[in-house]
Amino acid sequence: MSTLEITDLHVSIETEQGARKQILKGVSLTINTGESHAIMGPNGSGKSTLASTIAGHPRYLVDSGSITLDGEDVLDMSVDERARAGLFLAMQYPVEVPGVTMTNFLRTAKTALDGKAPSLRHWTKDVKEAMSQLRIDADFAQRNVNEGFSGGEKKRVEILQLELFKPRFAILDETDSGLDVDALKVVSEGVNREHNKGGMGTVLITHYTRILRYIKPDFVHVFVDGRIAEQGGPELADRLEAEGYDRFLTNSPAPAGSPAGA
Amino acid sequence: MAEATQLDSPASEEKIAIDGFTEEGENLSPFNEGTVQHGAKKHSHGDAPVIPEASRGERLKSYKLDDFAPLNGREEDWRFTPLKRLRGLHNQPLTGAGPAVEVTGAANIQVETVGRDDWRIGSAAIPDDRVSAAAWEAFAEATVVTIPAETIADGDVHISINGVDEAPAAQHLIITAERFSKAVVVLDHHGKTTLAQNVEIVVGDGAELTVVSVQEWDDDAVHTSTQQARIGRNAKFKHVVVSLGGDLVRMTPSSLFTGPGSEVEMYGLYFADAGQHLEQRLLVDHAVPNCKSRVTYKGALQGQDAHTVWVGDVLIRKEAEGTDTYETNRNLLLTDGTRSDSVPNLEIETGLIAGAGHASATGRFDDEHLFYLMARGIDEKTARRLVVRGFLNEVIQQIKVPALEERLTDAVERELAAGNI
Repeated sequence: MSTLEITDLHVSIETEQGARKQILKGVSLTINTGESHAIMGPNGSGKSTLASTIAGHPRYLVDSGSITLDGEDVLDMSVDERARAGLFLAMQYPVEVPGVTMTNFLRTAKTALDGKAPSLRHWTKDVKEAMSQLRIDADFAQRNVNEGFSGGEKKRVEILQLELFKPRFAILDETDSGLDVDALKVVSEGVNREHNKGGMGTVLITHYTRILRYIKPDFVHVFVDGRIAEQGGPELADRLEAEGYDRFLTNSPAPAGSPAGA
Repeated sequence: MAEATQLDSPASEEKIAIDGFTEEGENLSPFNEGTVQHGAKKHSHGDAPVIPEASRGERLKSYKLDDFAPLNGREEDWRFTPLKRLRGLHNQPLTGAGPAVEVTGAANIQVETVGRDDWRIGSAAIPDDRVSAAAWEAFAEATVVTIPAETIADGDVHISINGVDEAPAAQHLIITAERFSKAVVVLDHHGKTTLAQNVEIVVGDGAELTVVSVQEWDDDAVHTSTQQARIGRNAKFKHVVVSLGGDLVRMTPSSLFTGPGSEVEMYGLYFADAGQHLEQRLLVDHAVPNCKSRVTYKGALQGQDAHTVWVGDVLIRKEAEGTDTYETNRNLLLTDGTRSDSVPNLEIETGLIAGAGHASATGRFDDEHLFYLMARGIDEKTARRLVVRGFLNEVIQQIKVPALEERLTDAVERELAAGNI
């Protein structure tokens, strides 16, 4: 079993005016492989900042706190080292990479992650199979990464990578946004297939509860204003679905929540 | 008054003018005062102020060097070129022997070396700048490659141009694809040189011709090349510029449609390293109806003072109804200290066209691309190479000459390795 541990994380960004703006104000979270965590919260609460910070996006500046993976300092690793250590971020807005075909990209990434080129025959079969399960047209393999893909297609391609790269921890940053019901099902099935193998910890970042009908979280954390305002089991998601975020917002600044659950 | 002058004197060869296209694109009434080589006389004195042309179509064309004023670097078509680095091409006699020309490949074509008085000299081109005119006056003999009518070349035509010294020299080549012939011709430049070159290209009715000009000169080479194509009816012409090596390389390719129903594709790929100046100035002249042109040039730059210039002029003359044209230029700045100038120009004289557009973008290597690839475990160096390779491959894939594609892919790899990228 592996453990991703986030301790009292403070993160800020530099605004266009050059000032520093604090986004995360002390977040602690422990995720074990095999567990599924949902991070919910209103827009601007810092959910995506947490995801990008774990992946190492240069825009996010860590002021204090730590992230460790089985005791190893993640913040000390470069972006690619983090990926090779087993962290995967399914991006909220996957970028188009012109001139690089999906086939080339997937094989290059797999080779980098495994430290050796995948056996060609198995790899081609794996890719085909995963694409067909996610209902991605075969001709996408020859297209440039994300180029001209619709929002839903981009999200499916993120989950395709999740299934092919088999990370230890997957952070899904609003993978559900922009998906219609059918696409949401297809994408959720992909995540569940990988998660149910047991070797992966899943962090599901979402604004809405609808994806939680398909991916059942073991733990739910509610982000408000850069902190975890409340956490609990799946029943918390049901309550949010019924009540919305209003009670957190009207009470803000929110209480720090019960650290006992973490 | 200007209008009357224009209408009363029908276009001579030198004077096919696009009337009255202002910056606003609204004043379509003719206003061609001084169209006839606006101040060719003044130019011959050399110190006249630079008078901007009202249209690209008005640019002075002449076989005589003296018709062009000495260059001072402020001319519109020379303003990006560091004249000092031309090593005398613009102001010294071009008396060097020049690079050796060797034609190999296809057997069912005709290769000749001819004198200045050969009837084919001037069949496609008229110099439109001083260095081109100087080369025209100076060349001693020309290489003429002819693909006979209704012949499909039985292999690629490889023209090796190999320079061995740096004496300023002139060179003249004529490539003729006669009616309904089909061929791929590769001009392969290497070695050391100081060369002013004119390449005339005739694409006969119904012919399909590809000309690829590869500049893989030694680091200190200086090369200017005017490559003018005259395209007949229902013909297809593909022109590809690949500039990788040389201190200063200035290519001025142009395509002139003379019969309807023809298609032109012009591609370019350039990769400038520290200190290199790679310039390309294109003209597509839609002078007749129902022709189509596509221009795609892509460049990468790395290292201190790497400089590239792309100027793409497209002219849709009044007669050219049904024209369909699009040109695009993309540049990727890989390091600090590089400079890329990109200037698309579109002049439209008729509203009755199928389409006309252009795009130009110059960007730094995108941090978001890098983040995306690195977040999948790919290290920074590999990620950069993946993107640059992909960026340039989009042009390489269009050449469709397998042996050349492979060679150019390797050349791009060498550039990447040299730049430590």
